[in-house]
Amino acid sequence: MIEAHQLTKRYGDKLAVDQLSFTVRPGVVTGFLGPNGAGKSTTMRMIMGLDGPSAGDVTVNGRHYHDLPWPLHEVGALLEAKAIHPGRSAQAHLQMLAEANHIARRRVSEVLEIVGLTSVARRRAGKFSLGMGQRLGIAAALLGDPEVLLFDEPVNGLDPDGIRWVRNLLKGLAAEGRTVFVSSHLMSEMALTADEVIILGRGRLITQLPTSELLAQSSQRFVRVRSPGIAQLQAVLEREGAVTTTEDDGSLSVRGLDEVAIGELAATIPVVLHELAPQSASLEEAYMELTEDSVEFHGGAAGVAASSTGDRT
Amino acid sequence: MSTAMVNPAITGARGLRPGRYGISGLLKSEWTKLRTVRSTMWTLGITVVVGIGISALAAAETRSHWATMGPGQRASFDPTSTSLTALLFCQLAIGVLGVLVMSAEYGTGTIRATFSAAPRRPLVLAAKVIVFGVVTLVVAEIVAFASFLLGQALLTAPATHASLSTPGALRAVVGTGLYLGVIGLFALGLATIIRHTAGAISAFVGILLVLPIIIEALPNSLQFDIRRFLPLQIGGVMMSVNSQNAHSFAPWTGFFMLCVYAAAVLVIGGILLVRRDA
Repeated sequence: MIEAHQLTKRYGDKLAVDQLSFTVRPGVVTGFLGPNGAGKSTTMRMIMGLDGPSAGDVTVNGRHYHDLPWPLHEVGALLEAKAIHPGRSAQAHLQMLAEANHIARRRVSEVLEIVGLTSVARRRAGKFSLGMGQRLGIAAALLGDPEVLLFDEPVNGLDPDGIRWVRNLLKGLAAEGRTVFVSSHLMSEMALTADEVIILGRGRLITQLPTSELLAQSSQRFVRVRSPGIAQLQAVLEREGAVTTTEDDGSLSVRGLDEVAIGELAATIPVVLHELAPQSASLEEAYMELTEDSVEFHGGAAGVAASSTGDRT
Repeated sequence: MSTAMVNPAITGARGLRPGRYGISGLLKSEWTKLRTVRSTMWTLGITVVVGIGISALAAAETRSHWATMGPGQRASFDPTSTSLTALLFCQLAIGVLGVLVMSAEYGTGTIRATFSAAPRRPLVLAAKVIVFGVVTLVVAEIVAFASFLLGQALLTAPATHASLSTPGALRAVVGTGLYLGVIGLFALGLATIIRHTAGAISAFVGILLVLPIIIEALPNSLQFDIRRFLPLQIGGVMMSVNSQNAHSFAPWTGFFMLCVYAAAVLVIGGILLVRRDA
């Protein structure tokens, strides 16, 4: 369980995180979504006690990170890929972390096995690809077998196999009852992984809701209907309060009634239906809609700044 | 890899043990960090090779010129400091290692993993001070004794030579190792404040080697008053039997000053470590 209360981080006169309150529950994957520069990484660093909040508070399992007796046994985090000395081996990197929290040496081999780095465990990490660096970061997060796990953009640099692996890993960890908090700027990735999302824009909480609800809430949701008796159906639907639009291809887009209601109304007329297809705007669209006003760096010249600034505010 | 395969393996070490992480684990951790990067081997290797090698060369060179040296030169010749000559160079290698012990963590981002495992930052700094301090002290003492013994063996008659029982010699040899150990901690403290490798090494070299040159530009009276406070001056006095003069601190007084400098930068570094974001 992670609880943030009015969490605020100010750098100079810039508010990176602005009175952010949220709860991350155990047993589900919670996505932490927002455009680059929205304050996701800063928030995660504050959870980990690495950055001090300017105001407000954040606790893990009811305690400040600083006060955890065995931090790695309680919280595991992948904050950035390849945050490792390039001259040190993966084995040595994990070993020094393990020793700091009295974690058995055999656990180092175990996590290396889990992330599939056993064969390169003794190689200098400087030679690792970004994907291997991510896997090592995940190994470090799993080291203490913690109840709470944080992953900042874990699929960056991974190949499709790796991405699928991370997805399954996160879901598996949540299914074991752990608290899994994973940030991404990609809605599509979160749609496949997260049960719940916390959406952040310019350091402020935009919304926290189940992924499915985010989709349902989208104003883009409609049902496409084709029928030989379309005009008759359209009249009935509009009488029932639906908003309809006739598309160029002759189909009817219906908003305000779902496919079940439309089908039942069609049967009462009755008219034959050739198509009754609920259309969801992609989550990506729903997300764009929500964060539209809060993208820090808009296109054009500022776009260059966005890509070079990256996500590390 | 499927979820089903992953789960049993992840659930391994559950059950929180009583107590709290502390210095014993951090000492092990810091020792692992120190011995698993090449820079440690390089800097300490250079300390050993340069320290013993160049000191031996200096002794051999003096011996070969002994016949041409004047009586005054012979009388003021300090065989102890000659055999420890190169250890003043060693302080650069040890200083670089002291800087890297802290700055490399910031440079590579490892510091965030370190503080995630041990959020009480002064404890981490203490573990670094102990591990790095003990390692450099041991290496520096070994190099100091080896340089002294080898150098004296090379200073064959008619050149004068010292032994560990010569008044002041043992103090100078032990003092050389101590000086190097503490100057290393001073570098570690600077790096804790500055956090960048290049910046911290510049500051270290600046204080050690550039400051004496700047002070040389001052009027004589002022110059002598200030120079005795410089680490290099303190080191020079500690490493020799007879170079002490009215303008420098006695060897142990100087050493005390040096310890104060190291403690000061480490305490400031420790305070900043707690206050600043990692």
